[in-house]
Amino acid sequence: MVARGAAQPWIPSVLRHLYRGMPHPETWLRVTPAGLWCEPGDFFIDPTRPVARAVITHGHSDHAQPDHEAVLATPETLAIMRARLGAERAGRQQQPLLPGEVVLHNGVRIWLRPAGHVLGSAQVCLEWQGSRAVISGDYKRTPDPTCAPFEVERSCDVFVTEATFGLPVFRHPPPEQEIARLLASVALFPDRTHVVGCYALGKTQRLIALLRRAGWDAPVWLHGALLPLCHTYEELGVRLGDIRLATVAQKGALRGAIVLAPPSAVAERWARRLADPVVCLASGWMRVRQRAKARGVELPLVISDHSDWDELNATIDETGAPEVWVTHGRDDALVHAMGLRGIRGRALHLVGLGEEDEGEDAAPEPAVPATAEGGVA
Amino acid sequence: MSIPAFAALLERLVFTPGRNAKIALLKRWFAEQPDPDRGIGLAALTEELTFATAKPALIRDLAAARTDPVLLALSRDYVGDSAETIALIWPQRAGVNTPPPTLSEVVEALDATPKSELPDLIAGWLDSLDANGRFALIKLVTGGLRVGVSGRLARLALAEWSGRPIEEIEEVWHGVAPPYLPLFRWLEGKAERPDPRDAPVFRPLMLAHPLEDADLATLRPEEWRAEWKWDGIRVQLCAGPGGRRIWSRGGEDVSAAFPEIVEAMDFHAVLDGELLVIRGGGEVAPFADLQQRLNRKTVGPKLMRDYPVGVRLYDLLFEGTEDLRALPFDARRARLESWIARTCPARMDLSPQIAFASVHQLAAIREGARAASIEGLMLKRADSPYVAGRVKGLWWKWKRAPLSIDAVLMYAQRGSGKRSSYYSDYTFGLWRPDGRGGEELVPVGKAYSGYTDQELLWLDRWIRNHTVARFGPVREVEKGLVLEVAFDAAQRSTRHKSGVALRFPRILRIRRDKPAGEADRLDTLMALVENREAKAKAKAEADAAAD
Ligand SMILES: [Zn+2]
Ligand SMILES: [Zn+2]
Repeated sequence: MVARGAAQPWIPSVLRHLYRGMPHPETWLRVTPAGLWCEPGDFFIDPTRPVARAVITHGHSDHAQPDHEAVLATPETLAIMRARLGAERAGRQQQPLLPGEVVLHNGVRIWLRPAGHVLGSAQVCLEWQGSRAVISGDYKRTPDPTCAPFEVERSCDVFVTEATFGLPVFRHPPPEQEIARLLASVALFPDRTHVVGCYALGKTQRLIALLRRAGWDAPVWLHGALLPLCHTYEELGVRLGDIRLATVAQKGALRGAIVLAPPSAVAERWARRLADPVVCLASGWMRVRQRAKARGVELPLVISDHSDWDELNATIDETGAPEVWVTHGRDDALVHAMGLRGIRGRALHLVGLGEEDEGEDAAPEPAVPATAEGGVA
Repeated sequence: MSIPAFAALLERLVFTPGRNAKIALLKRWFAEQPDPDRGIGLAALTEELTFATAKPALIRDLAAARTDPVLLALSRDYVGDSAETIALIWPQRAGVNTPPPTLSEVVEALDATPKSELPDLIAGWLDSLDANGRFALIKLVTGGLRVGVSGRLARLALAEWSGRPIEEIEEVWHGVAPPYLPLFRWLEGKAERPDPRDAPVFRPLMLAHPLEDADLATLRPEEWRAEWKWDGIRVQLCAGPGGRRIWSRGGEDVSAAFPEIVEAMDFHAVLDGELLVIRGGGEVAPFADLQQRLNRKTVGPKLMRDYPVGVRLYDLLFEGTEDLRALPFDARRARLESWIARTCPARMDLSPQIAFASVHQLAAIREGARAASIEGLMLKRADSPYVAGRVKGLWWKWKRAPLSIDAVLMYAQRGSGKRSSYYSDYTFGLWRPDGRGGEELVPVGKAYSGYTDQELLWLDRWIRNHTVARFGPVREVEKGLVLEVAFDAAQRSTRHKSGVALRFPRILRIRRDKPAGEADRLDTLMALVENREAKAKAKAEADAAAD
């Protein structure tokens, strides 16, 4: 792949549609068992198994799998992949691509735009014979001090979106408000340790940055599993302040402290051995009480690195795409809502993309069967 | 800002398992909220104040008018609770910046607004609130708050917040009404303690500690008095010129459920006793019978005839206006006996004392007590004053050991409230001959507690994956999962297909290791019932011989 200067100037989609013979993206961008495949370019986007050529949107494990031959991604995503997977397994050939640059590969133009999801996350924009598709990867629109904000790529023929929170019950409150709730709880229970479950990549660093912005200058203590990626973020220029490794041996020192840990660890013996812990979990799923209850959470914090329902719909409208494909999440509600606005929606049912935002092992909740049941109470 | 503040309190209380943490949250509420809202909030949490002004259907109609039906249905299926779904999905209207209502505004407006204007009123409030606020408001106006803050816990929090002893608060609690302004003034040192005068207030009950083997060794028989621990509900009867009340153990007013007892309280005294269903001849019925009478706002004549109640008296706290609580137990007992002899109250009798010469003999008596109406023994120190709460070393309860069976899960039903999206109520059965040379399962009981959250998740998944039929909210499952079920007693019952009813069944363990065919047989359970009755009969005969 060869870099070819800046992104091409904006062309109104109406004009491009008038160009006869322009292929529809479904003729050259296909769903395969390994993931989304660009046929003329012979490369995959976020493939779920090792392939010869991959374009990676961001470093989360269900998007950035090990052992590809050639990997194209932002420099930050490549660094995160090396940190998570080890240099040997993060792609035999790593090719960095900065947002704003374009590469041409087998006649397919490829460029990236920030997705606002985690550090390095990017949307993958593809154009072949005048036909254009944008693959969002995971994204959010709420400002995040640890990564570049989402940029809308207008004039695409197809926008491929995630839909992790694709139900109108998911509306994330301002993250500052949730951080204020956490700090109010720390003030109310000064002898207890607040253990916050959060995803190792992105959520952890964002929480630390939000705490700093809210004036929390004390050390933020980390479960060992969260430390390496924090170091990667710092090497990439994201300042996190005083972060320290938390061990149960420091039980006394951790009274009144904030400890971050993987979601799987907060309900386990590790956390239970801290001083009278207040178990918190930072995730968009915490909006629903039953989910919070099921995880044994005492203080649910609704902080998500994914778009909520309003952000998903607003983004779809802003792209102006006449057709939207949904990769993972709740596609039924989103496709229905788009239909009401005259946008053609299609559920891709990609395999292997997990239910993110909570933890590696967050098993999808069984949907409650739709038996008739009355009563608001 | 009081609805948002109330919503924040509510949310934390719902998720907070620890008692001390709940108390800390309530203390902050008392310290930070203005009157009358703090009192209204307190009354709403303890269900002293409930509204059912708005029907759930009204709220559903409001939501239906503002949302797409498909999206509403998909959301409802996912969330599992209508009130929560509506609180979350309610569309925020741009440009609405009316301040959210205070609790007192809500209470006043609900009272003053004609029914026809209720939908607009509530919709206006919902527009001014965020998701948590909407959830709290919907629960409040439909009367479905249920956060599990007992009056007792609230009074403990008041005591800790104010530094006043809980007993002092307990004794005035029922003499003040929401929003409790005189109470808060007193607790903040701004006024004298409100005087209940003759009001029939609740006096905190004296409670017993469970007896451990180590305590047993230290007992000197001559210092202790023994009584049966009757299996009913503990009550305090309070009657005088100011009125008559039957208080439950936790200080809830249960008078309305037992009008015949209230009628019989034609005296001026405060008594401690056990409310039981007692049939002709003084025979105490199993607890299942008493259950027919509980949690009722009113009772009809048929219920009063079929389940006649009486009170077995344990103690005398006040005679007239004389407070006897500081007297030693033996002295109070003597006063109680002579009071009963003089007053002869209808529907009441004296809880008999059990003579014993040694701890060994007492253990034998407890072991022999298998009558369904007896839970075990009570041991009271002869010189114990009547003190509130559970003071160690004065009163002991010595329950019979629980029993258990290995049963097969047969049906599951979704829980209510917070557990509405999980299959959390389990009907289980035991094997018996089916009359054709084979074996069949017969249901023997239903349990909805005892498991951990993890076990609940596991059971829920197992049930969803092993459903063979559905009947509304109930699923019938493959007969393949064994549950170890603990219970306090097995009682004969004509209302159960199996002929037996279990007392306090709860899931002790999931026996994934045990094949369903090796679960217990109905005979095994019936033997426990018959055993008890036989032993009780033998014991009664032995007692008669000893007299
Ligand atoms: Zn992601
Ligand atoms: Zn994803």
